Formats: sequence, C-alpha cells, structure tokens
Amino acid sequence: MRNAFADELTKLGNEDSRVVMLSGDIGNRLFDKFKDKHPSRFFNCGVAEANMMGVAAGMAMNGLRPVAYTITPFVTTRCLEQIRTDVCYHEAPVTIVAVGAGLAYSGLGPTHHACEDISFLRSIPNMVVICPGDAFEVRGALRAAMQQDRPVYIRMGKKGEPVVHKGPIADFKIGKAITIEEGSDVCLLSTGNMLPEVIEAAHTLKEKGISAEVVSFHTVKPLDEDKLKQAFSRFKLVATIEEHSLIGGFGAAVSEWLVDSETQHKKFLRFGTPDAFFKKSGEQEYAREVLGLTGHQIADKIIHALS
Amino acid sequence: MNVAVRNTAAKPDVAALKAQAAKLRGKIIEMSHKAQAAHLASSLSCADAMTAAYWHVLNIDPKNPTDPLRDRFILSKGHAAAALFATLAMKGYFPIEELDTYCQDGGRLAEHPPANLLPGVEAATGSLGHGLPLGCGMALAGRIKGESYRVFALLSDGENNEGSVWEAAMFAAAQKLENVCVVVDYNKWQATARSNETLMLAPLRDKWAAFGWDAHEIDGHDVGALAEAMQNIPNGSGKPVALIAHTVKGKGVSFMEDDNNWHYRAPTAEEVVKSFKELGLS
Repeated sequence: MRNAFADELTKLGNEDSRVVMLSGDIGNRLFDKFKDKHPSRFFNCGVAEANMMGVAAGMAMNGLRPVAYTITPFVTTRCLEQIRTDVCYHEAPVTIVAVGAGLAYSGLGPTHHACEDISFLRSIPNMVVICPGDAFEVRGALRAAMQQDRPVYIRMGKKGEPVVHKGPIADFKIGKAITIEEGSDVCLLSTGNMLPEVIEAAHTLKEKGISAEVVSFHTVKPLDEDKLKQAFSRFKLVATIEEHSLIGGFGAAVSEWLVDSETQHKKFLRFGTPDAFFKKSGEQEYAREVLGLTGHQIADKIIHALS
Repeated sequence: MNVAVRNTAAKPDVAALKAQAAKLRGKIIEMSHKAQAAHLASSLSCADAMTAAYWHVLNIDPKNPTDPLRDRFILSKGHAAAALFATLAMKGYFPIEELDTYCQDGGRLAEHPPANLLPGVEAATGSLGHGLPLGCGMALAGRIKGESYRVFALLSDGENNEGSVWEAAMFAAAQKLENVCVVVDYNKWQATARSNETLMLAPLRDKWAAFGWDAHEIDGHDVGALAEAMQNIPNGSGKPVALIAHTVKGKGVSFMEDDNNWHYRAPTAEEVVKSFKELGLS
C-alpha cells in the first residue's frame, strides 16, 4: 500500500501545487520521485510528530494541502492533541496517512502496533476516517481526500498486500462502501487491510454452501448508512472484520449505529483484536492466527454462529 | 515573490505606544473584573509586547483580516486571551462593545481564543506548545507560495515546559525560518510556582541560541525596544529570532506585580478604580 501511496502522492503533487509532503523521518527512498520533482514541497520533519502535525495544520490553514505521514502510533496517538486541536478544531484540510495499521508491523512489537487509532480518531469532530482495503483503495482515498476541504485520516497496511481491485477505482467516494463480491446468506463488512482475509473467508464459506457478500467498508467515519441498512435487512448474519480493537473501532461504530438507528437485525458478529497488547514475537500472519483473524478462522466462526 | 508593504523606516512613537499600552491594560482589567475571569496577571505581563506588535510592527488591515499577505500573530499563550481580544477590538477587528460579552453565555469571546469564529484570531490556542509549530507551518506556506509575510508567536515562560516548543525550535532552525519571531513573556511565574523552580528554564536565551535561533534578551516592558526588535524581522541573521522578554507578572498595577495570586484572582470594583489611577486612566 505504501508504494501506491507514494506514487499517487507524486501524481497529485504534479497536478496540484498545494500538495505538500511531511514525513516523520520514515520512508527511506520512498518519496524520491516526489522530492525530485517538488523539493520545496517535501519536508522531513524528523522524529518530532507533535511539531509535524502542528506544521501541517499551519500550512493547511494557509491554503496548502499537506500530507503528514509516518508509522501509525506515531502519527496518531503520539500527536493526538495536535490532531484534535490544531487540525480538527481548525477544520484544517490535513491528510494524515498512517503506515502499518493494526498488526502490520507485528514483529516490531506493541510499540509499533496500532489497534486503537480508529477509536481515537473517529471520536474527534470534523475527522474523516478511511481504512483502504488494498493499494487501489489507497490511491482512491488519497485522491478523494485532496479533493475536499476537511481533515482526513487514511489508515494503511504496509507493503505487498494482495491487490483486490482490478484497476483504479474511478468512482471512489468517501463514505461509500464498495461491494467486492455479491452473496445472499451472510454479509462480511471488512475495513482496512483485512480485506484479503475476508475474501478468503467468503471462499471457504462458499465451499460449505454458504453464500457470502464481501464489502470493503473503507470509510469508518462517516459510515455508509445505506449499505448498513441493506446489509442488516437482507442477510441472516452480518459481520464486521477489522485489525483493530473491538473497543471503539469499526465494529463498535456499527454497533452504535444499530442501537441509535433502532435497526432490527438478526445475527451480528464482530471480528477484531482483544483488549490486550500482543506481546509475542512473530509476523502478522502469526498474530492473526493467534487472534482468530485469518480467513479460515473467520469462516469457521461464522459457520458455528449459523449452526 | 509577493512582498508585503512595510514601513520599516518608521521609528516607534514611544510616548504614543506607552499611552496605548496603558489603555490596553485598563481594558484588560475591566474585562477581568466584569467576567471575574482568571489569567489577569498573565495578560498584563504581555501587554507591552501586544502593543508593540499591533500598534507598530504588524502589517495588518483589520478591514481585511484574511489578506494573504498579512503578518501573522499567534498568541500561543492563549490564556492571555483578554489581552488579545482587547487588542483586536481596539484595532477595529470587531466592535469594542463586544468585549462586554467576554466569558458571557453564547458569545464569541471564551476564556481562550476560538478557531474560525473571531476576525483577527490566527489560531485557537489555550493548550500550550501549539503556537510555534502552527507558526512554522504558516511561515512555510508563505515560502512555498512566494509570500513574504512574517509570523510572530508570543509564548509564556511556562509554555517552554512543553516538548513541542523545542521540537518546533529545532525545526524552524533547520528550515532557516528567518521570518519567524518568538517572543517569550518571561515573567518568572507559571500557574502555581516560580518557573525556574518548576522546570529549569535558565539560561533561557542560551537555550534558544543553542537550538539555532538568533536569541536576544530584551526588557519586555520597553515598548520602544520591543517595537524596534520585532520590526527588524527578518534581521539578516538568516535564523529565526527569539526575543526573551523579561517581564513582571501583573505589570502596571503595584499590588498585582509579581504576586502570583493574580494568575487566578479577578479584581473587585474598588481594585479596578485603584488600578486605573495607577495607570493614569480615568
């Protein structure tokens, strides 16, 4: 995802002289093309994220479209007050792009995990929260963020994730979920980098005779309420899947919506990370397996819930 | 490069600035009394810097508060909002009568400067350590867009406790933001204690200099000296400029000066009369 981000950012930088890139001393060589073309609009802000976010807000308040980028915990919780007060309170059009969401950097340990960021950021007024499901959704999200005038948070995986879409998403819209596969029995609402696991789950379910619809619910705030209404009325089971804590994340947002909208529903399952730090060493695949977040585990749990 | 028109030659009219500073202090005291609001002493210690900035230095037009070429002034010590509100009203950004709504229900003048609500307020402050990073972003936006405006940030000494101030200080020096000027209102007190007994600021000028700034100590109540030093930005050093302004908390009213109770206390009607007498106001 991060290579798609850097490439799309370079294109946007070519098209729009307001686009400025701020990096928190990360992405070695990733932004070389952007730097070559726009040296006056690239800033390595160092390991000083609070300042980086304030600088981004100051730029955005004065007509620019800055993108602030580093590893997820450092570009969210480390500078949360700057996001809240400098960016969101001022409604400054800063695009915050996080790399390594969820357990993408599992091997680096809990300092680098990010399973709470959706919760923090979606509770801040004026903030939009997007969790792209693949590289093409990253491109779509970044482009959409630049075409409007509000703060946006884009929560990416890292690199090399399976690409789900066949090509650029021409009609990517903030707040409009994308149906990836149609189905009739259960509806799997996936957000962020869990999308490939969810597709695998749907295929496992299909082998067992269960037809699963797969939706890339890339925008967690604002929620696509039309899609939710359809899902809860049409399917006998709806599940949310995210690589984020069950507290405050996508599933929590859908739960809140269910209660507040007084929507009648049948079975509703939430897949996410538990209220605990994942302290063991190991890569993302291992962590997902331990936490029950792989495609086959998701499928098994759904089959169990239906039986 | 869009160069802002600036009257760099004009010498400050010190007598006029002093009279203006006294009026500003009077208005701040009135507001504090009426609203029974805190942070009076913090507002009085920076009144001379505010006067120098708004009545001599800043290239601003209150009738066109969003002029892209205007100088930016950020009251990073947002708790001195009364000083900013009084200044902006006296400069004509909004009617002077609106100051009567300070801290009243439903008004625009809360205890800290608001975002996107009041003309002339460049940034919502109140949480300390935010003004300088914002100011650096504003200065870089000017550089990128080819606009030569200057950015001033007024910080409290207690605010220098915040790590984000020093992150921004290193960033501004690395980016050679010579259009940025910090004024530290060094009144030697923070909310509940002596500044240097809380976190060691001294030697404060040396610290800013060590962080890559052209740093100078200045008498923060010498409105003429402040006006000249601030007007001289950028000063040719190629560096951002820090003015460590030695001040007295509660300056201008003998029974408030250097008495930290006035960080939170508001004056009685009788104390307002006494204050006005000392300030030479009627």
